[in-house]
Amino acid sequence: MGPIIEVKNLQKHFGSIKAVDGISFSVKKGEVFAFLGPNGAGKSTTIKMLTTMLKATAGELRIAGHNPSIDPNGARSNFGIVFQDPSLDDELTAKENLLFHGALYDIKKGLLNERMEKLLKVVELWDRKNDLVKQFSGGMKRRLEIARGLLHHPKILFLDEPTIGLDPQTRHHIWNHILELNKSEGITIFFTTHYMEEAEHVADRVAVIDHGRIITIGTTKELLKRTKKKDLESAFIALTGKGIREEEGSFIQNMRLRRRVMRR
Amino acid sequence: MSFIRVVYVLWLRQLKRYFRSKPRMIGSLGQPLLFLLALGFGFGPIFQKAGGGDYLQFLTPGIISMGILFTSTFTGIEVIWDKQFGFLKETLVAPVSRFAIMFGRTLGGATIAMAQGGIILLLSMIFGFRPMSILMMLPAILVMGLVAIIFTALGTAMASRMEDMHGFQLIVNFLIMPIFFMSGALFPLEGLPSAVITITKLNPLAYGVDALRFFLIGTSHFGILLDLSVLMILSFVFMALGSYLFSKMEA
Ligand SMILES: Nc1ncnc2c1ncn2[C@@H]1O[C@H](COP(=O)(O)OP(=O)(O)O)[C@@H](O)[C@H]1O
Ligand SMILES: [Mg+2]
Repeated sequence: MGPIIEVKNLQKHFGSIKAVDGISFSVKKGEVFAFLGPNGAGKSTTIKMLTTMLKATAGELRIAGHNPSIDPNGARSNFGIVFQDPSLDDELTAKENLLFHGALYDIKKGLLNERMEKLLKVVELWDRKNDLVKQFSGGMKRRLEIARGLLHHPKILFLDEPTIGLDPQTRHHIWNHILELNKSEGITIFFTTHYMEEAEHVADRVAVIDHGRIITIGTTKELLKRTKKKDLESAFIALTGKGIREEEGSFIQNMRLRRRVMRR
Repeated sequence: MSFIRVVYVLWLRQLKRYFRSKPRMIGSLGQPLLFLLALGFGFGPIFQKAGGGDYLQFLTPGIISMGILFTSTFTGIEVIWDKQFGFLKETLVAPVSRFAIMFGRTLGGATIAMAQGGIILLLSMIFGFRPMSILMMLPAILVMGLVAIIFTALGTAMASRMEDMHGFQLIVNFLIMPIFFMSGALFPLEGLPSAVITITKLNPLAYGVDALRFFLIGTSHFGILLDLSVLMILSFVFMALGSYLFSKMEA
């Protein structure tokens, strides 16, 4: 059987910005694959093209055999995603957000309730299930986003900086649950993160991307050998340089925008 | 079946959001009532003197249409909010037809607007409006539903082409207001200059107002058959347009 994610010479241009500049890689079924890179490297843009949210400028894509631009719903029925940016309905309760998701993915009622309880307990929101999301803190919202993404069990799970802003205990909990799904159901995991020890700990393979190009790809061991470093963090800095990158706009801007709109 | 389930949850979501927002509920009922009372009692005597009969009778179907016009267009345009708050992504990556999403949303918005039209009708009866027959209120509610579908779909269609809420004020001032004023909601079309008549003939709301007058007070300018045909055809056309533009939307 071929790889479950296949990317060949993928490109995305925004005007003169080459956000993704000709990348190729593939991910095997059941693999835990980390996509690492500094802010603005092109990670989210790549995920958006893989998940039918953006049209590629050029290149070839396959998601479980489906081309997202020709057969978007074929691709969509094979993946789940936890977005980097907020995507909950604030005017609904935690539970209602999950039920909505369950309906979109046509999960049977019994199974849906069972999984909802399990996941809300994993992310420690079970006793807040009937509260409106707008009353949640940033971290609670993040946890709910993750729980929602894990509700239907797809073939591929995309996680775009899923654990950002969460405390170590919660991150640990959540990753345990994800890895369990990976083992028991063979769900392929494709994730990005800025926590290098997280990637080192859970990923079977790692790709490092910068300025829209893949710099290197391989197991953590191979990367350490190539860079002659002791841990992934040092290897990462050796590969992408020490320069500080602009804080990525989208998330922060989005939060500001939210606040502005709320105030009206 | 998953299509029905998807349509249902999107419909339900619209209703929950509406009923949880008290300011919005009060605003969407209060504004039409204000118009009804201020204009109805303010212009009543002049209208009567000019031989137009009871102005409140004439005005009520127009004010009901106004309430539906505003509420349904706004719930359609709300897609922009979903886009800005990110929730749109959640629906757009789901393996369901774009039509199901758009259809559920539109039915939800239309249900709210229709219910609101019904409430305004009941409230207007407190202030002295008398429908010609209780039975005819049923087809009147149906007409409200058609008008609501047309303008929810139109709102969704416009929102699909917008990047953010900046264009919103323009739409209100240069589309919604003219549609309202040029619909015959406030004044009779009989005896108007032919240019004005031509404009109202191109206005979807004019047929809604006219059909409501037919079922509620028994008068009609265009004829009920033409009214209903236009409303039904336009519901389909705007739904198709809205679905098409919505399917092109990127989160
Ligand atoms: N919609 C957009 N319009 C213009 N530029 C964009 C857009 N989305 C992303 N970019 C740019 O593309 C580059 C890659 O962004 P992104 O994929 O979000 O990076 P990251 O690796 O941090 O997820 C950045 O320079 C970003 O500013
Ligand atoms: Mg990103």
